[in-house]
Amino acid sequence: MHEVSLAREILRILQEQARMQGFGRVHRVHLELGPLSCVDPEALIFAFEAVTADTLARGARLELHRPPARGTCRHCGHGYTMDSLVTPCPRCGGPGRILSGLEMRVRDLEVSGGHAGTSREG
Amino acid sequence: MCTTCGCDDHSPLRIDGGSLHPHGQGQAHAAGQRERRSIPVEADLLARNDAHARANRERFDSARVRALNLVSSPGSGKTALLVATLERLSGEIPLAVIEGDQETQRDADRIRATGVAAVQINTGKGCHLDAHGVGHACDHLDLREDGLLFIENVGNLVCPAAFDLGAHHRVLVLSVTEGDDKPFKYPDMFRTADALVINKLDLLPHVDFDLAACEAQALRLNPDMVIFRLSARTGEGLEAWMDWLCAGRPQAQQADDRDEDELETLRRRVAELEARLQRAGLMSS
Ligand SMILES: [Zn+2]
Repeated sequence: MHEVSLAREILRILQEQARMQGFGRVHRVHLELGPLSCVDPEALIFAFEAVTADTLARGARLELHRPPARGTCRHCGHGYTMDSLVTPCPRCGGPGRILSGLEMRVRDLEVSGGHAGTSREG
Repeated sequence: MCTTCGCDDHSPLRIDGGSLHPHGQGQAHAAGQRERRSIPVEADLLARNDAHARANRERFDSARVRALNLVSSPGSGKTALLVATLERLSGEIPLAVIEGDQETQRDADRIRATGVAAVQINTGKGCHLDAHGVGHACDHLDLREDGLLFIENVGNLVCPAAFDLGAHHRVLVLSVTEGDDKPFKYPDMFRTADALVINKLDLLPHVDFDLAACEAQALRLNPDMVIFRLSARTGEGLEAWMDWLCAGRPQAQQADDRDEDELETLRRRVAELEARLQRAGLMSS
């Protein structure tokens, strides 16, 4: 259930961005979620809806982007796509070293309201 | 007030039953403009935790304290291992413990019974410790030079994996009463742990647990993993574990000013350990 912690962290990022970039509402959140990140996408979306219910992001859509994970073989150095943390090298069967696929990053937002360019209330 | 976080969330964390510190902060305001616009953010969800973890690590290093994050599923005997370890090290090196638990003080009480100082973090609904909570827990502890700090994470093999606490080592405790296919079931945890303790070895004759298969899976996920087979209850195998605990010092940038004798001793100990592991067939050649 660390999806709840992660959803809370997304909300914290939204609130911080709202102060810095001056917006009042969030309608859409684009999140990059690596396929090896061990996060349950459905649980994350559910948690996001729950933690944002009474906030600037109520009703916002959380869109997940899942670029393929890349690995390189520890034995022969071959680069390949990893479907899981234990996908073996397709060339020699050796174990892989993960190059990408663990990302959990808010990329951009669709927002409205506030005053673009201002940063503080009052 | 902590510097990295601002602590503006409604944290359910409790330290020794009390709050982290009193505070309150305003909400972002909603206003006028209707039109939607797209704005770039590029913010990592773990960045804040990682910043706290770095701060913790610097704190441990400057205090010359070696910190270990102990993770396991519930019922692995992690607290029993910790108690057995503390009983053997108590009086020899400075020790401190941070206990993570969702609700109770029970584990901290078991630790305190050994005479070692322990701070309890109750995470409430939270299923893992984070670096922020650990930093605050350290404020309640006396971290003494050349000591060991054990951080017992909440019993859970999924959630704690993503959260670096700033510890130097992540130790995964698994018991032979659990499935020998745990590594592939919880790959993220095995991937990120640098040591694996297989506990309750005394029960091995009574259970259907394939040690070699389990270790092979673990090493597949993490070829650099150090593995200990032991029984916290009978004391079997504890020696190698204790040697490993005491062999290293905090990730030493102080290596330069350490004198040669000490380095030589460390090198010998590492060689001994490696030889022992190799004899047990635990290291890939
Ligand atoms: Zn290969």
